Amino acid sequence: MKDPELRSASHTPLIALVGNPNAGKTSVFNRLTGAHQKVGNYPGVTVEKVEGSFRLPSGTVRCVDVPGLYSLEPKSEDERVAVQVIEGSEPGLETPDLLVYVLDAGNLERNLYVFSQLAEVGRPMLVALTMVDRLKRRGVAIDIPQLEQALGVEVVPVVAHRGENVDRLREAIERNLQAPRVPELKFDLPTALEANANVFHDRLSRAGIDYDLSQTRAALVRPSEEFLNFLKITPELEEPFLEARRELTQESVAGRYHWAATVQKAVQTRSSDPARKSLTDKIDRFLTHRVFGLLFFVGVMYLVFQSIYTFAGPLMELIDGAFGALGEWAGRFLEGSPVLQSLVVDGIIAGVGGMIIFLPQILILFCFIAVLEGSGYLARAAFLMDRLLGWCGLNGRAFIPLLSSFACAIPGIMSARVMPDAKSRLATILVAPLMSCSARLPVYVLLIGAFIEPQFGAGWAGFTLFAMHFLGLLLAIPIAWALNKRVIRGRQLPFLLELPPYQWPRVKDVLLAMYFRGKVFVKVAGTIIVLMSIVIWALSYFPRSEAADAHYAADYRNKFEPEAPDEAGLEAYIGEKRLENSFLGRFGRTIAPVFAPAGFDWRITTAILCAFPAREVVVASMGILFQLGGDVDEESTDLRDKLQRATWPDGRPLMTPWTAVGLMVFFALCCQCMATLATVKRETNSTNWAVFMFCYMTGMAYLGAVLIHQIERLVT
Amino acid sequence: MAAVAEFKPLSFSHLRQGMTVRIVRVDARCEDALRLQEMGLTAGTTFAVLKVAPFGDPIEIDVRGYRLCLRKRETSCFELEAVSA
Repeated sequence: MKDPELRSASHTPLIALVGNPNAGKTSVFNRLTGAHQKVGNYPGVTVEKVEGSFRLPSGTVRCVDVPGLYSLEPKSEDERVAVQVIEGSEPGLETPDLLVYVLDAGNLERNLYVFSQLAEVGRPMLVALTMVDRLKRRGVAIDIPQLEQALGVEVVPVVAHRGENVDRLREAIERNLQAPRVPELKFDLPTALEANANVFHDRLSRAGIDYDLSQTRAALVRPSEEFLNFLKITPELEEPFLEARRELTQESVAGRYHWAATVQKAVQTRSSDPARKSLTDKIDRFLTHRVFGLLFFVGVMYLVFQSIYTFAGPLMELIDGAFGALGEWAGRFLEGSPVLQSLVVDGIIAGVGGMIIFLPQILILFCFIAVLEGSGYLARAAFLMDRLLGWCGLNGRAFIPLLSSFACAIPGIMSARVMPDAKSRLATILVAPLMSCSARLPVYVLLIGAFIEPQFGAGWAGFTLFAMHFLGLLLAIPIAWALNKRVIRGRQLPFLLELPPYQWPRVKDVLLAMYFRGKVFVKVAGTIIVLMSIVIWALSYFPRSEAADAHYAADYRNKFEPEAPDEAGLEAYIGEKRLENSFLGRFGRTIAPVFAPAGFDWRITTAILCAFPAREVVVASMGILFQLGGDVDEESTDLRDKLQRATWPDGRPLMTPWTAVGLMVFFALCCQCMATLATVKRETNSTNWAVFMFCYMTGMAYLGAVLIHQIERLVT
Repeated sequence: MAAVAEFKPLSFSHLRQGMTVRIVRVDARCEDALRLQEMGLTAGTTFAVLKVAPFGDPIEIDVRGYRLCLRKRETSCFELEAVSA
């Protein structure tokens, strides 16, 4: 076993980092493994699986960062997974050879509670004691040898963020892998157990269950599935039994805390006045103040929003330009074969570019989240906001995903993982894309510029823009409430929000968080988006032939030519006819009657269809469909003119301010973004939720547009 | 002396910043009772109310040396009494 080659060949040891949330686990993990990490999902659930590896003198060690837990009696999905990993019953992961328990020295009692439960699992353990430095600054010292004696395992103090003692931790891991130590804690059985066991022993035998005293005891402590089923058909025993179990549980929790308090008293010495205000107290006097706290919160959120909305802009333009140039460059090589050229330029390069363009927003948002979370402010903001978001089944933490979604739903949905409760998290993910993202803005600008501003003035134009942004938020709240009540199953967890002491966020942790978020997005969302882009490209490209093009050109000459030869006009005309006769265009014509109740013709219908993969292409599609070519933007006066003058075949104007508002409402509510759907599928680990979201949003958008057109018909 | 007469049950709306409160009893039938106790809020524990959130709910408390947020809904699992105002 001493030979490193031999050991790594036979078995790479697995260690698991276990601990309370906020104990500093991630920092320790990042220090141990650096960038050698793999981020994925545990099978079948949405819990993130973070694995890494590092080298010891004796060979490579694998390390899994187990989700934080408050108890081994799991309440959340995260905790269920954590318990399974610890006990070795998680599929695809062997039983860890060593549990490294990350123990927050500043929160000894509660951290020792979980330790006392872990000790009973009977696995080799080692304790990494964090936050010792901060405790020392507050005049509190921990007697390490005493603590080691109380716990029965080795204790290594680490200051993870400065990398202090991480080498000592590695050495200790090495030592404990060679010579494992299993903690031995002795708890007295709750006194209530003996009394209850006697009572139930009698009652069970009278009910025909032949349990001896120790079996009865076992059933009281941890009843089997079979036994619980038996109770269900024996109502006269069920209630007293459950009552007895509650009593036992209460006693055993109290017993463990009593032990934890005793250990804390024995190992902690305080040299300063306990009434002295800590730095966190001083900061919190302002940051959770009912006036200053809210002002500061609004300021921080404004900064976050501005950063995603505005500061990401130049980077996104840079990416856009780079992919444009790449497309041109690649296009020149493929001039000989137009189909291949269009596939590469309009399908693949445009598709990849359309996805990569979200990266700046994702990275900026996750930089902020890592800083806010690492510093401890995120929890304060959730505390301030909980009342506003809590009543509809969300909670205070939902403000980050919702606010971010006003810039872009993709980072917003990804950031919903700041919410530990699976139920509120899912509700937040499902309503986040209703927030009006920056990609909807061009549609609003185009239509407001063409139909609202000229007729009603700048005041109403501004109001309409605001109303479109407000609409999603207004609908999101009742929808979240309804989803929580009716659609999403499972029980909501109590809102147990811990407010950790403030600390400086660690640059390394922030950078790693950004790196892994970006990587996950590119890998998972990327493949789906590129595939779908190619499919949509094909639908809007084929069928295409030289003969058809010649036919369109002849058509154009017959209609307009005698006046003056116009190359650009001819090209735009052919472009429009090609799209009109493509599979997508034909489909648009076929389903145009469906959109007739909303007052949309086949051109608007086709533009809507083109925009399903990504709504921002709608302006370019409209340019093609209204014979201006694809090179138009939302400020284009030509396109505004065309829209204002467009008519139905019978000469009625195609669009009125009403239909313009209807179309804007459609875009505000519709789920037209493949990247969002791909992200939802990944984050919820379920295709069904992505499909559900697509259906409910698109359905609402359709109903909204129809409703507005029908009101128009009634009042005009 | 008359401990029973002195006992004044506290409801959530009575909790004010700066109060010290003792948990007299935990209602074990309350859905969240187990988790709340596992967070250290066992019968007999005292905690200090550090802050009431701007909109009246939740509250921030100091229990067993750490800071925790509690919503009104969760405090209904407890029977509380004021130790000092």
